Amino acid sequence: MLQQAAGPAVAWMLRPMTQHEREDIELDLLLEGISRYYGYDFRHYAPASLKRRIWAAIRTEQLASISALQEQVLHDPACMERLLLSLTVNVTTMFRDPEFYRIFREKVVPRLRTYPFIRIWHAGCSTGEEVYSMAILLHEEGLYDRCRIYATDINERVLSKARSGIFDLSTMQEYTQNYLRAGGTRSFSEYYTAAYDHALFNPRLKEQITFSQHNLATDGSFNEFNVVLCRNVLIYFNKQLQERVHNLMYESLGMFGVLGIGRAESMRFTSHEQHYKELHPGERLYQRVV
Amino acid sequence: MVELIVVGTSLGGLNALTHILSQLPATFSTPLAVVQHRHRDSEHLLVNLLQSSSRLPVFEIEDKLPIQPGAIYLAPADYHVLVERDHFALSVDAQVLHARPSIDVLFDSAADSYGPSLLGLILTGASHDGAHGLKAIKAAGGLALVQDPATAECAIMPAAAIAATRVDYVVQLTDIVPKLLELCHPQLR
Repeated sequence: MLQQAAGPAVAWMLRPMTQHEREDIELDLLLEGISRYYGYDFRHYAPASLKRRIWAAIRTEQLASISALQEQVLHDPACMERLLLSLTVNVTTMFRDPEFYRIFREKVVPRLRTYPFIRIWHAGCSTGEEVYSMAILLHEEGLYDRCRIYATDINERVLSKARSGIFDLSTMQEYTQNYLRAGGTRSFSEYYTAAYDHALFNPRLKEQITFSQHNLATDGSFNEFNVVLCRNVLIYFNKQLQERVHNLMYESLGMFGVLGIGRAESMRFTSHEQHYKELHPGERLYQRVV
Repeated sequence: MVELIVVGTSLGGLNALTHILSQLPATFSTPLAVVQHRHRDSEHLLVNLLQSSSRLPVFEIEDKLPIQPGAIYLAPADYHVLVERDHFALSVDAQVLHARPSIDVLFDSAADSYGPSLLGLILTGASHDGAHGLKAIKAAGGLALVQDPATAECAIMPAAAIAATRVDYVVQLTDIVPKLLELCHPQLR
């Protein structure tokens, strides 16, 4: 007893934790709280980029620590909504990585022509720029009317922006360059009407698109597809969650279906590597062969 | 003990990097992760150029690529690179100081994962990117090495890094590899 009274009162005094270790505990508690209270599971997101976004949110909320954000988020649903936006919105552009679309035209379109009906799942579509890009490509190839594109995202706010088909006019110059390099065959400005600072895309382009909410971390497969696109979404997940989503995409693809992922993403560190064949050297387009 | 070296550069970086890589011995085992600012559409030319002057293998980083000894890792165009202890992770979050890849993003996350076993190196460049990140490396107990602005092709980036934090060493380009050997591999000197 005497010895205990003279020694440190709590065990951590023996080895003070680093700020880094404490932050990891705070982060786990925040994600646990959000998952249990709101049902959004960020526990398997890639920690480095997640932390960066959380710290950006802490600064925006004018708070000082992850614990302070936890308190705010659990007591104020409006704060949770702001956090959800900052953790889930992925910025993208039309015809991002033009080469991907050029090779899609060259290698995938001829296969799609042989199908009477084509189902495409665009997973994690964010504000829709790449969905409209694919619609334009399929339209130019004369395939659009037999396609159905299911564009999904975890976040309802970005989906309603995607549904509007309205984008910033200032981005059109960059998108036009991308479009041309992606093998576009017309004048890009044919596809939109400029009004004030906005570009309103031809509503015809969304006739075959269904935008709906789907959470890759918790929801299951909902159809069989000829093409699954999931570009620069998996990078935000840890290996465990990536594996889950790869399973989901594999199960959602018919035999000889095509999977498209981001330029710096790879099948190399997944258990599905053997199930796909690369369609073009260096391009992230894979055909399911097993 | 330095377990990872992170390097940031922009304008003039190609010359500086090829010089450094050509001087590194094949036995240099501490991995290097490099952010060189470049256009978003630049293809794999840079990795080939750097490989041609390096005895160590040079890889363009893919998501979740493991970090292994004796390798040079280059950030891909138009992605941020982050470090998660034993592997790299990528993001396409907004540009930081007009840059993606951003030096600050690499340095901040590496400081978070590697703490005192990290060395940050800022070379020639025309922006303030990297200054914040080098400060984060020092705050986490790591080492900071900066190319002497007076001898850099473009002094802005190294000068900003020196102004932002108390750096450990400021050396001219030709002294960088000897310094790295001294700090990381005293037995190889």
